[in-house]
Amino acid sequence: MKLTEIFKNGILKDNPVLVQLVGLCSVLAVTNTVLNAASMALAVIAVLVCSNVVVSLLRKVIPKKIRIPAFIVIIATFVTIVEMLMKAFAQPIYQSLGIFIPLIVVNCVILARAESFAYKNKVFISAMDGLAMGLGYGVAVILLAFIRETIGAGTLFAGTDFVINVFGKGYQPIAMFVGPSGAFIVLGILVAVFKNIIKKSEEKAIN
Amino acid sequence: MNLFTILISTIFVNNYVFARFLGICPFFGVSTKMETATGMGIAVTFVITISSILTWAIDKYILTLLGVEYLQTIIFILVIASLVQFVELVIRKISPTLYSAMGVFLPLITTNCIVLGVAILNVKQGNSLLQTITTGVGASLGFFLALILLSGVREKLELADVPKALEGFPIAVIAAGLMSMAFLGFNGLV
Repeated sequence: MKLTEIFKNGILKDNPVLVQLVGLCSVLAVTNTVLNAASMALAVIAVLVCSNVVVSLLRKVIPKKIRIPAFIVIIATFVTIVEMLMKAFAQPIYQSLGIFIPLIVVNCVILARAESFAYKNKVFISAMDGLAMGLGYGVAVILLAFIRETIGAGTLFAGTDFVINVFGKGYQPIAMFVGPSGAFIVLGILVAVFKNIIKKSEEKAIN
Repeated sequence: MNLFTILISTIFVNNYVFARFLGICPFFGVSTKMETATGMGIAVTFVITISSILTWAIDKYILTLLGVEYLQTIIFILVIASLVQFVELVIRKISPTLYSAMGVFLPLITTNCIVLGVAILNVKQGNSLLQTITTGVGASLGFFLALILLSGVREKLELADVPKALEGFPIAVIAAGLMSMAFLGFNGLV
Protein backbone atom coordinates (compact mmCIF):
# COMPACT_ATOMS: atom_id res chain seq x y z
CA MET A 1 0.00 0.00 0.00
CA LYS A 2 1.28 3.44 -0.90
CA LEU A 3 1.93 6.12 1.69
CA THR A 4 -0.32 8.67 0.02
CA GLU A 5 -3.13 6.16 0.09
CA ILE A 6 -2.59 5.48 3.80
CA PHE A 7 -2.77 9.17 4.60
CA LYS A 8 -5.77 9.72 2.36
CA ASN A 9 -7.55 6.84 4.09
CA GLY A 10 -6.71 8.04 7.58
CA ILE A 11 -7.65 11.66 7.11
CA LEU A 12 -10.51 11.48 4.61
CA LYS A 13 -11.94 8.17 3.49
CA ASP A 14 -11.71 6.29 6.80
CA ASN A 15 -11.53 9.26 9.13
CA PRO A 16 -11.89 7.64 12.56
CA VAL A 17 -14.20 10.31 13.95
CA LEU A 18 -16.25 11.58 11.03
CA VAL A 19 -16.60 8.36 9.00
CA GLN A 20 -15.96 5.39 11.28
CA LEU A 21 -17.62 7.18 14.21
CA VAL A 22 -15.42 5.61 16.87
CA GLY A 23 -13.77 7.10 19.93
CA LEU A 24 -16.48 9.70 20.29
CA CYS A 25 -16.34 10.11 24.06
CA SER A 26 -13.11 12.04 24.05
CA VAL A 27 -14.11 13.85 20.86
CA LEU A 28 -17.14 15.38 22.53
CA ALA A 29 -15.42 16.07 25.82
CA VAL A 30 -12.21 17.80 24.74
CA THR A 31 -13.52 20.00 21.95
CA ASN A 32 -14.66 22.90 24.14
CA THR A 33 -11.47 24.81 23.31
CA VAL A 34 -9.00 24.48 20.44
CA LEU A 35 -6.13 24.17 22.92
CA ASN A 36 -7.71 21.16 24.65
CA ALA A 37 -8.51 19.53 21.33
CA ALA A 38 -4.99 20.01 19.96
CA SER A 39 -3.39 18.62 23.13
CA MET A 40 -5.67 15.61 23.08
CA ALA A 41 -4.90 15.06 19.40
CA LEU A 42 -1.17 15.10 20.16
CA ALA A 43 -1.62 12.58 22.97
CA VAL A 44 -3.68 10.28 20.75
CA ILE A 45 -1.17 10.52 17.88
CA ALA A 46 1.70 9.66 20.24
CA VAL A 47 -0.11 6.65 21.68
CA LEU A 48 -1.32 5.44 18.27
CA VAL A 49 2.10 5.60 16.60
CA CYS A 50 3.92 3.99 19.54
CA SER A 51 1.39 1.21 20.05
CA ASN A 52 1.24 0.47 16.33
CA VAL A 53 5.04 0.20 16.18
CA VAL A 54 5.26 -2.11 19.19
CA VAL A 55 2.36 -4.30 18.09
CA SER A 56 3.91 -4.59 14.66
CA LEU A 57 7.31 -5.47 16.12
CA LEU A 58 5.76 -8.15 18.29
CA ARG A 59 3.28 -9.43 15.73
CA LYS A 60 5.10 -12.75 15.31
CA VAL A 61 5.54 -13.23 19.07
CA ILE A 62 2.00 -12.52 20.26
CA PRO A 63 -0.15 -15.65 19.95
CA LYS A 64 -3.41 -15.11 18.15
CA LYS A 65 -5.60 -16.22 21.05
CA ILE A 66 -4.42 -13.65 23.56
CA ARG A 67 -3.75 -10.82 21.15
CA ILE A 68 -6.49 -8.48 22.44
CA PRO A 69 -5.31 -8.48 26.09
CA ALA A 70 -1.74 -8.08 24.82
CA PHE A 71 -2.75 -5.07 22.71
CA ILE A 72 -4.57 -3.54 25.67
CA VAL A 73 -1.51 -3.87 27.89
CA ILE A 74 0.71 -2.28 25.24
CA ILE A 75 -1.73 0.59 24.73
CA ALA A 76 -2.21 1.10 28.47
CA THR A 77 1.55 1.31 28.93
CA PHE A 78 1.90 4.12 26.42
CA VAL A 79 -1.13 5.91 27.79
CA THR A 80 0.43 5.82 31.25
CA ILE A 81 3.68 7.22 29.84
CA VAL A 82 1.83 10.05 28.09
CA GLU A 83 -0.16 10.75 31.24
CA MET A 84 2.99 10.98 33.37
CA LEU A 85 4.72 13.24 30.83
CA MET A 86 1.72 15.57 30.73
CA LYS A 87 1.51 15.64 34.51
CA ALA A 88 5.17 16.61 34.70
CA PHE A 89 5.44 19.15 31.89
CA ALA A 90 1.95 20.43 31.07
CA GLN A 91 0.06 20.64 34.35
CA PRO A 92 -2.78 23.01 33.22
CA ILE A 93 -3.63 20.85 30.21
CA TYR A 94 -3.39 17.72 32.34
CA GLN A 95 -5.95 19.30 34.68
CA SER A 96 -8.38 20.35 31.98
CA LEU A 97 -8.30 17.06 30.06
CA GLY A 98 -8.60 15.20 33.36
CA ILE A 99 -10.03 11.72 33.18
CA PHE A 100 -9.94 11.62 29.38
CA ILE A 101 -6.20 11.01 29.29
CA PRO A 102 -6.35 7.59 31.00
CA LEU A 103 -9.48 6.89 28.96
CA ILE A 104 -7.38 6.94 25.76
CA VAL A 105 -6.89 3.25 26.64
CA VAL A 106 -10.46 2.43 25.70
CA ASN A 107 -10.47 4.63 22.60
CA CYS A 108 -11.58 2.13 19.98
CA VAL A 109 -9.50 3.79 17.24
CA ILE A 110 -6.27 2.60 18.79
CA LEU A 111 -7.33 -0.98 19.46
CA ALA A 112 -8.90 -1.20 16.00
CA ARG A 113 -5.68 -0.07 14.27
CA ALA A 114 -3.61 -2.54 16.29
CA GLU A 115 -5.96 -5.36 15.40
CA SER A 116 -6.71 -4.57 11.78
CA PHE A 117 -3.43 -3.02 10.61
CA ALA A 118 -0.37 -3.24 12.85
CA TYR A 119 -0.84 -6.94 13.63
CA LYS A 120 -0.61 -7.74 9.92
CA ASN A 121 1.89 -5.21 8.54
CA LYS A 122 5.55 -4.22 8.75
CA VAL A 123 6.84 -1.71 11.28
CA PHE A 124 7.35 1.41 9.18
CA ILE A 125 4.05 1.18 7.37
CA SER A 126 2.25 0.56 10.69
CA ALA A 127 3.84 3.66 12.17
CA MET A 128 2.65 5.66 9.17
CA ASP A 129 -0.83 4.21 9.52
CA GLY A 130 -0.86 5.26 13.18
CA LEU A 131 0.25 8.76 12.20
CA ALA A 132 -2.39 9.01 9.47
CA MET A 133 -5.23 7.82 11.69
CA GLY A 134 -4.03 10.11 14.47
CA LEU A 135 -3.98 13.05 12.08
CA GLY A 136 -7.50 12.16 10.96
CA TYR A 137 -8.60 12.23 14.59
CA GLY A 138 -6.72 15.50 15.11
CA VAL A 139 -8.27 17.22 12.10
CA ALA A 140 -11.75 16.22 13.23
CA VAL A 141 -11.39 17.32 16.86
CA ILE A 142 -9.68 20.61 15.99
CA LEU A 143 -12.36 21.42 13.43
CA LEU A 144 -15.07 20.67 15.98
CA ALA A 145 -13.32 22.68 18.67
CA PHE A 146 -12.83 25.57 16.24
CA ILE A 147 -16.58 25.81 15.60
CA ARG A 148 -17.57 25.32 19.22
CA GLU A 149 -15.09 27.77 20.66
CA THR A 150 -15.78 30.53 18.14
CA ILE A 151 -19.55 30.44 18.58
CA GLY A 152 -19.72 29.34 22.20
CA ALA A 153 -17.09 31.60 23.73
CA GLY A 154 -16.33 34.11 20.99
CA THR A 155 -12.61 33.41 21.36
CA LEU A 156 -10.00 31.29 19.66
CA PHE A 157 -6.94 29.65 21.23
CA ALA A 158 -8.10 30.55 24.75
CA GLY A 159 -5.55 29.41 27.30
CA THR A 160 -2.57 30.29 25.12
CA ASP A 161 -0.80 33.63 24.63
CA PHE A 162 -2.55 34.22 21.32
CA VAL A 163 -6.17 34.62 22.38
CA ILE A 164 -8.25 36.15 19.61
CA ASN A 165 -11.66 37.70 20.18
CA VAL A 166 -13.22 36.62 16.91
CA PHE A 167 -16.30 38.82 16.94
CA GLY A 168 -14.85 41.68 18.98
CA LYS A 169 -15.46 42.48 22.63
CA GLY A 170 -19.19 43.18 22.43
CA TYR A 171 -20.10 39.65 21.31
CA GLN A 172 -22.54 37.77 23.52
CA PRO A 173 -21.33 34.14 23.42
CA ILE A 174 -23.88 31.35 22.95
CA ALA A 175 -22.77 29.26 25.90
CA MET A 176 -24.77 26.25 24.74
CA PHE A 177 -22.12 25.48 22.14
CA VAL A 178 -19.39 25.05 24.73
CA GLY A 179 -21.72 22.91 26.84
CA PRO A 180 -22.59 19.25 26.30
CA SER A 181 -25.66 19.78 24.10
CA GLY A 182 -23.70 21.94 21.66
CA ALA A 183 -21.07 19.21 21.40
CA PHE A 184 -23.62 16.68 20.24
CA ILE A 185 -25.37 18.99 17.81
CA VAL A 186 -22.22 20.37 16.16
CA LEU A 187 -20.83 16.83 15.80
CA GLY A 188 -24.05 15.70 14.14
CA ILE A 189 -23.98 18.54 11.64
CA LEU A 190 -20.28 18.06 10.95
CA VAL A 191 -20.72 14.32 10.27
CA ALA A 192 -23.62 15.06 7.92
CA VAL A 193 -21.59 17.68 6.01
CA PHE A 194 -18.55 15.41 5.79
CA LYS A 195 -20.64 12.47 4.57
CA ASN A 196 -22.08 14.58 1.79
CA ILE A 197 -18.69 15.95 0.73
CA ILE A 198 -17.28 12.42 0.49
CA LYS A 199 -20.33 11.25 -1.42
CA LYS A 200 -20.11 14.14 -3.88
CA SER A 201 -16.39 13.60 -4.50
CA GLU A 202 -16.98 9.88 -5.10
CA GLU A 203 -19.71 10.63 -7.59
CA LYS A 204 -17.37 13.03 -9.34
CA ALA A 205 -14.63 10.37 -9.45
CA ILE A 206 -17.01 7.86 -11.07
CA ASN A 207 -18.20 10.29 -13.71
CA MET B 1 -22.10 13.82 50.21
CA ASN B 2 -24.81 11.47 51.40
CA LEU B 3 -25.69 8.45 49.31
CA PHE B 4 -29.06 9.68 48.09
CA THR B 5 -27.52 12.89 46.77
CA ILE B 6 -24.88 10.87 44.92
CA LEU B 7 -27.54 8.68 43.37
CA ILE B 8 -29.67 11.59 42.12
CA SER B 9 -26.61 13.49 40.98
CA THR B 10 -25.16 10.62 38.94
CA ILE B 11 -28.46 9.63 37.35
CA PHE B 12 -29.87 13.04 36.48
CA VAL B 13 -27.75 16.10 37.19
CA ASN B 14 -24.36 14.83 36.08
CA ASN B 15 -25.63 12.04 33.86
CA TYR B 16 -22.55 10.17 32.68
CA VAL B 17 -23.67 10.20 29.06
CA PHE B 18 -25.13 13.67 28.68
CA ALA B 19 -22.91 15.70 30.98
CA ARG B 20 -19.66 13.76 31.16
CA PHE B 21 -19.55 12.14 27.71
CA LEU B 22 -18.73 8.65 28.93
CA GLY B 23 -20.01 5.57 27.11
CA ILE B 24 -20.88 7.43 23.92
CA CYS B 25 -19.91 4.60 21.54
CA PRO B 26 -22.36 1.97 22.84
CA PHE B 27 -24.85 4.78 23.46
CA PHE B 28 -25.12 5.31 19.71
CA GLY B 29 -24.15 1.79 18.70
CA VAL B 30 -26.91 -0.18 20.38
CA SER B 31 -29.66 2.41 20.67
CA THR B 32 -31.36 1.61 17.37
CA LYS B 33 -33.83 -0.78 19.01
CA MET B 34 -35.42 -0.73 22.43
CA GLU B 35 -34.76 -4.45 22.93
CA THR B 36 -31.01 -4.36 22.38
CA ALA B 37 -30.80 -1.18 24.44
CA THR B 38 -32.39 -2.97 27.39
CA GLY B 39 -29.98 -5.91 27.08
CA MET B 40 -26.98 -3.61 26.98
CA GLY B 41 -28.30 -1.55 29.88
CA ILE B 42 -28.66 -4.61 32.12
CA ALA B 43 -25.21 -5.92 31.19
CA VAL B 44 -23.55 -2.56 31.83
CA THR B 45 -25.27 -2.11 35.19
CA PHE B 46 -24.06 -5.51 36.24
CA VAL B 47 -20.45 -5.01 35.16
CA ILE B 48 -20.05 -1.44 36.45
CA THR B 49 -21.34 -2.31 39.90
CA ILE B 50 -19.00 -5.26 40.32
CA SER B 51 -16.02 -3.59 38.71
CA SER B 52 -16.27 -0.45 40.81
CA ILE B 53 -16.16 -2.54 43.98
CA LEU B 54 -13.22 -4.59 42.70
CA THR B 55 -11.16 -1.66 41.47
CA TRP B 56 -11.83 0.23 44.70
CA ALA B 57 -10.50 -2.69 46.73
CA ILE B 58 -7.50 -3.16 44.45
CA ASP B 59 -6.60 0.50 44.61
CA LYS B 60 -6.94 0.70 48.36
CA TYR B 61 -5.36 -2.60 49.42
CA ILE B 62 -2.81 -3.26 46.69
CA LEU B 63 -1.80 -0.23 44.63
CA THR B 64 -1.68 2.35 47.43
CA LEU B 65 -0.02 -0.02 49.90
CA LEU B 66 2.71 -0.87 47.42
CA GLY B 67 3.04 2.75 46.30
CA VAL B 68 2.47 1.94 42.64
CA GLU B 69 -0.55 4.15 41.90
CA TYR B 70 0.87 4.93 38.47
CA LEU B 71 -0.04 1.40 37.37
CA GLN B 72 -3.70 2.30 37.92
CA THR B 73 -4.74 2.51 34.26
CA ILE B 74 -3.10 -0.77 33.25
CA ILE B 75 -4.33 -2.74 36.26
CA PHE B 76 -7.87 -1.36 36.06
CA ILE B 77 -8.32 -2.16 32.38
CA LEU B 78 -6.98 -5.68 32.91
CA VAL B 79 -9.30 -6.22 35.86
CA ILE B 80 -12.25 -4.98 33.85
CA ALA B 81 -11.37 -7.14 30.84
CA SER B 82 -11.01 -10.29 32.91
CA LEU B 83 -14.09 -9.47 34.95
CA VAL B 84 -16.13 -9.20 31.78
CA GLN B 85 -14.85 -12.59 30.60
CA PHE B 86 -15.60 -14.10 34.00
CA VAL B 87 -19.10 -12.65 34.17
CA GLU B 88 -19.77 -14.02 30.71
CA LEU B 89 -18.73 -17.54 31.77
CA VAL B 90 -20.72 -17.45 34.99
CA ILE B 91 -23.88 -16.17 33.36
CA ARG B 92 -23.65 -18.77 30.62
CA LYS B 93 -23.48 -21.52 33.26
CA ILE B 94 -26.10 -20.18 35.65
CA SER B 95 -28.76 -18.61 33.48
CA PRO B 96 -28.93 -19.31 29.75
CA THR B 97 -31.93 -16.97 29.43
CA LEU B 98 -30.05 -14.04 30.88
CA TYR B 99 -27.05 -14.98 28.75
CA SER B 100 -29.05 -14.87 25.57
CA ALA B 101 -30.44 -11.48 26.63
CA MET B 102 -27.09 -9.84 27.32
CA GLY B 103 -24.52 -12.27 25.96
CA VAL B 104 -23.58 -10.45 22.78
CA PHE B 105 -23.08 -7.18 24.60
CA LEU B 106 -20.71 -8.44 27.25
CA PRO B 107 -17.49 -8.49 25.18
CA LEU B 108 -18.27 -4.97 23.99
CA ILE B 109 -18.32 -3.65 27.53
CA THR B 110 -14.56 -3.90 27.98
CA THR B 111 -14.06 -0.96 25.66
CA ASN B 112 -16.99 0.96 27.10
CA CYS B 113 -15.28 3.92 28.69
CA ILE B 114 -17.99 4.39 31.29
CA VAL B 115 -16.71 1.32 33.17
CA LEU B 116 -13.11 2.50 33.35
CA GLY B 117 -14.30 6.08 33.81
CA VAL B 118 -16.36 5.30 36.91
CA ALA B 119 -13.51 3.26 38.38
CA ILE B 120 -10.97 6.07 37.90
CA LEU B 121 -13.33 8.83 39.06
CA ASN B 122 -14.13 6.91 42.25
CA VAL B 123 -10.48 6.59 43.13
CA LYS B 124 -9.77 10.20 42.20
CA GLN B 125 -12.56 11.49 44.45
CA GLY B 126 -11.41 9.27 47.31
CA ASN B 127 -14.85 7.72 47.79
CA SER B 128 -15.64 5.24 50.54
CA LEU B 129 -16.88 1.75 49.63
CA LEU B 130 -20.55 2.66 50.01
CA GLN B 131 -20.10 5.86 48.01
CA THR B 132 -18.27 3.86 45.34
CA ILE B 133 -21.10 1.35 45.04
CA THR B 134 -23.69 4.14 44.91
CA THR B 135 -21.74 5.99 42.22
CA GLY B 136 -21.44 2.76 40.22
CA VAL B 137 -25.15 1.99 40.46
CA GLY B 138 -26.11 5.60 39.74
CA ALA B 139 -23.79 5.89 36.76
CA SER B 140 -25.08 2.71 35.19
CA LEU B 141 -28.71 3.60 35.84
CA GLY B 142 -28.04 6.99 34.23
CA PHE B 143 -26.52 5.25 31.24
CA PHE B 144 -29.47 2.85 31.10
CA LEU B 145 -31.92 5.77 31.22
CA ALA B 146 -30.12 7.65 28.46
CA LEU B 147 -29.97 4.52 26.31
CA ILE B 148 -33.66 3.77 26.70
CA LEU B 149 -34.64 7.38 26.00
CA LEU B 150 -32.54 7.60 22.83
CA SER B 151 -33.65 4.21 21.53
CA GLY B 152 -37.27 5.29 21.98
CA VAL B 153 -36.59 8.41 19.95
CA ARG B 154 -34.67 6.51 17.28
CA GLU B 155 -37.43 3.93 16.83
CA LYS B 156 -39.80 6.79 16.07
CA LEU B 157 -37.23 8.51 13.86
CA GLU B 158 -37.22 5.57 11.48
CA LEU B 159 -40.70 6.52 10.36
CA ALA B 160 -40.09 10.26 10.38
CA ASP B 161 -39.29 12.38 7.37
CA VAL B 162 -35.68 13.34 8.02
CA PRO B 163 -33.65 15.53 5.62
CA LYS B 164 -31.56 13.19 3.49
CA ALA B 165 -28.21 14.53 4.61
CA LEU B 166 -29.05 13.97 8.27
CA GLU B 167 -30.34 10.40 7.96
CA GLY B 168 -28.93 7.79 10.30
CA PHE B 169 -26.16 8.80 12.65
CA PRO B 170 -26.27 12.62 12.39
CA ILE B 171 -29.92 12.94 13.38
CA ALA B 172 -29.36 10.53 16.29
CA VAL B 173 -26.53 12.72 17.58
CA ILE B 174 -28.64 15.85 17.24
CA ALA B 175 -31.50 14.12 19.08
CA ALA B 176 -29.04 13.26 21.83
CA GLY B 177 -27.97 16.90 21.90
CA LEU B 178 -31.54 18.07 22.42
CA MET B 179 -31.97 15.46 25.12
CA SER B 180 -28.83 16.68 26.83
CA MET B 181 -30.27 20.19 26.74
CA ALA B 182 -33.38 18.85 28.47
CA PHE B 183 -31.19 17.26 31.13
CA LEU B 184 -29.73 20.72 31.85
CA GLY B 185 -33.09 21.33 33.50
CA PHE B 186 -31.98 19.11 36.39
CA ASN B 187 -29.15 21.55 37.16
CA GLY B 188 -29.36 22.92 40.66
CA LEU B 189 -31.42 19.99 41.88
CA VAL B 190 -28.61 18.84 44.13
